[in-house]
Amino acid sequence: MDKFVRLTAAACPIDIINLNTDQLLPARFLKRPRAEGIGDALLRDLRFDSAGHEVADFPLNRPAWRDAKIIVGARNFGCGSSREAAVYALVDYGIRCVIAPSFGDIFSGNAVQNGLLTAIVTDAEAADISAMLAHAPDLPLTVDLETQTILCGNHTYAFIVDPVRRAKLINGLDDIGLTETYRDRIATFAAEDRIRRPWAIPGGVP
Amino acid sequence: MAFDVTSGLTLFDKLWSAHEIVRRDDGEALLFVDRHYVHEGSFHAFDQIARRGAAVAHPELTFGVADHYVPTRGSRATIANPEIARMVRQLDDNTAKHGIRLFGLSDPRQGIVHVVGPEQGLTLPGLLIVCGDSHTSTHGALGAYAFGIGASEVAHVLATQTIWQRKPKRMRVTVDGKLGSGIAAKDMALAIIARIGADGATGHAIEYAGSAVRGLSIEGRLTLCNLSIEAGARLGLVAPDETTFAYLKGRPFAPVGEAFARAVEDWSALRSDDDASFDAEVSLAAADIAPIVTWGTSPEDALPIDGRVPDPAREPNEARAQYLREALDYMGIAPGARLTDIAVDRVFIGSCTNSRIEDLRAAAAVLAGRTSKVAGLVSAGSSLVKQQAEQEGLDAIFRDAGLEWAESGCSMCVGINGDLVASGERCASTTNRNFRGRQGPGARTHLMSPAMVAAAAVTGHLADVRPLLAGRKP
Ligand code: SF4
Repeated sequence: MDKFVRLTAAACPIDIINLNTDQLLPARFLKRPRAEGIGDALLRDLRFDSAGHEVADFPLNRPAWRDAKIIVGARNFGCGSSREAAVYALVDYGIRCVIAPSFGDIFSGNAVQNGLLTAIVTDAEAADISAMLAHAPDLPLTVDLETQTILCGNHTYAFIVDPVRRAKLINGLDDIGLTETYRDRIATFAAEDRIRRPWAIPGGVP
Repeated sequence: MAFDVTSGLTLFDKLWSAHEIVRRDDGEALLFVDRHYVHEGSFHAFDQIARRGAAVAHPELTFGVADHYVPTRGSRATIANPEIARMVRQLDDNTAKHGIRLFGLSDPRQGIVHVVGPEQGLTLPGLLIVCGDSHTSTHGALGAYAFGIGASEVAHVLATQTIWQRKPKRMRVTVDGKLGSGIAAKDMALAIIARIGADGATGHAIEYAGSAVRGLSIEGRLTLCNLSIEAGARLGLVAPDETTFAYLKGRPFAPVGEAFARAVEDWSALRSDDDASFDAEVSLAAADIAPIVTWGTSPEDALPIDGRVPDPAREPNEARAQYLREALDYMGIAPGARLTDIAVDRVFIGSCTNSRIEDLRAAAAVLAGRTSKVAGLVSAGSSLVKQQAEQEGLDAIFRDAGLEWAESGCSMCVGINGDLVASGERCASTTNRNFRGRQGPGARTHLMSPAMVAAAAVTGHLADVRPLLAGRKP
């Protein structure tokens, strides 16, 4: 997993409340193997019309924000389906950080597994940053995970991130490797649990 | 002693501590997973463990179900679409390779994963259950700690049978009193989401309590817990009781005989203590809940059927007004329109929310002897539900009404098997997500109970089911 410490990049405001994972990656692209890359399918039905033409005024299609690495979203970003491929689509497109007032729980869990930072600010701060970007689209944002701050022009905003996720992102840690160090304790737990909850083993039919 | 009996604990606390293997100083805990359900979409996770060369730690606790991509019409033996055939075959191959039991396309027990788990008695009170699907919250209806996870977490569970979690906050939603006739668990769930919002329970485990919840059948509780995720919750729970035990007795994978009695004894401790405290409390009166439909593009856009959709011009908050304009525009509904004036193009009865036998009976009770004014599809939640419905003659009622009676699968809930709502078409649906394009690009979805979908079919527009039930057996 890629580490995330500090990032300075173009940031694209997408002011859509409840922007769910069905929008981030429409279901018809879920069949695609990861190896083929999914970035082109990101927000497909918002970025393109039904005839396949770009929607000119969708933020990510505007020249200043095409290559954004940061998205500034609205309340409940990434709610809905657990599809981790929604995160793959963001990452494959080049996004490394989403700033929003709240996130779907499963989405933010998936994000950290793929080196994508989900930074929580207040509604007012998100609106503030979006307004600044609308005014000055080329203004880069700096997101610093060590100090948990966002620098936008001459304004600095603190953001919230789960401390464990922060550590994972900064160190680029992988969960499976970590869990394997607990192998003995898992085995002991499982053995004792068989006695405590004998009914937890699937019974009945062979 | 399987569960803590000290005082002051919530049901969720007891479930949590029974599964905690290790808790780190930073608050993350490693939890043991009792059941892991996988489906066609789990291929990313199988690919991940293949890349690591990892084995599946506990194949006997892992179960595969083919549901998301399976065809519901035409031949299931040979799938015409090669991409869909590949998705189904990948699951066959991955489960075979790792020795995981699969309820595949040709298995008579096949169905939607969240219908099959409870139906087979794989889902039990006190278990920790995960699946790479957000509606895994469904299984909490039986008193299980069940939640949806992403693909990397699925890979982690496959490899270790454990999962890292930070303990969620606890919310109790109490619904007391008696639901009116014609009002279902779906209406209760939509009323809750409308009240607290689509992110109202983010970071929380919800326990549903109160006499109206106790009064629900297991089918109703499954619907209620299914929709927890649409309020942002990690999971939903109902404390197991006599209704639960009666439902589970004799299910294929449930414990039998002495073992069942022992289990019931343990499960009886699975309730919140009287002095337990919650981080948040919400309460509703069952008597106030009317039949509810959604009008917009989030499940929180839900209103009683006798209402009107909002008018952005009357909304003082500009951001909210903008949201309303966009939602109404997508849905093709005039500001302030009466809900009952909204004509539908088709109906769908199915999905893990509402496709169990009781749901099909409720829809059939309205449709019997009547004709649907629009096209529609009925897909039972499992092949066994389908079989039972046919034994009860429900299939004939649906067919006689002019609806299509299909095989079991996720079908038109997400449309990835090809069962799509056409662009611009409006569908009255028993599903759980009215997101833009959920049932197909440009599709317009209104969520409601099975009986309300039947009412929309019969009248051709969104309609109150209650008058249609007058004089009929409940
Ligand atoms: S029926 Fe719909 S919500 Fe349920 S598991 Fe299938 S796709 Fe997901």
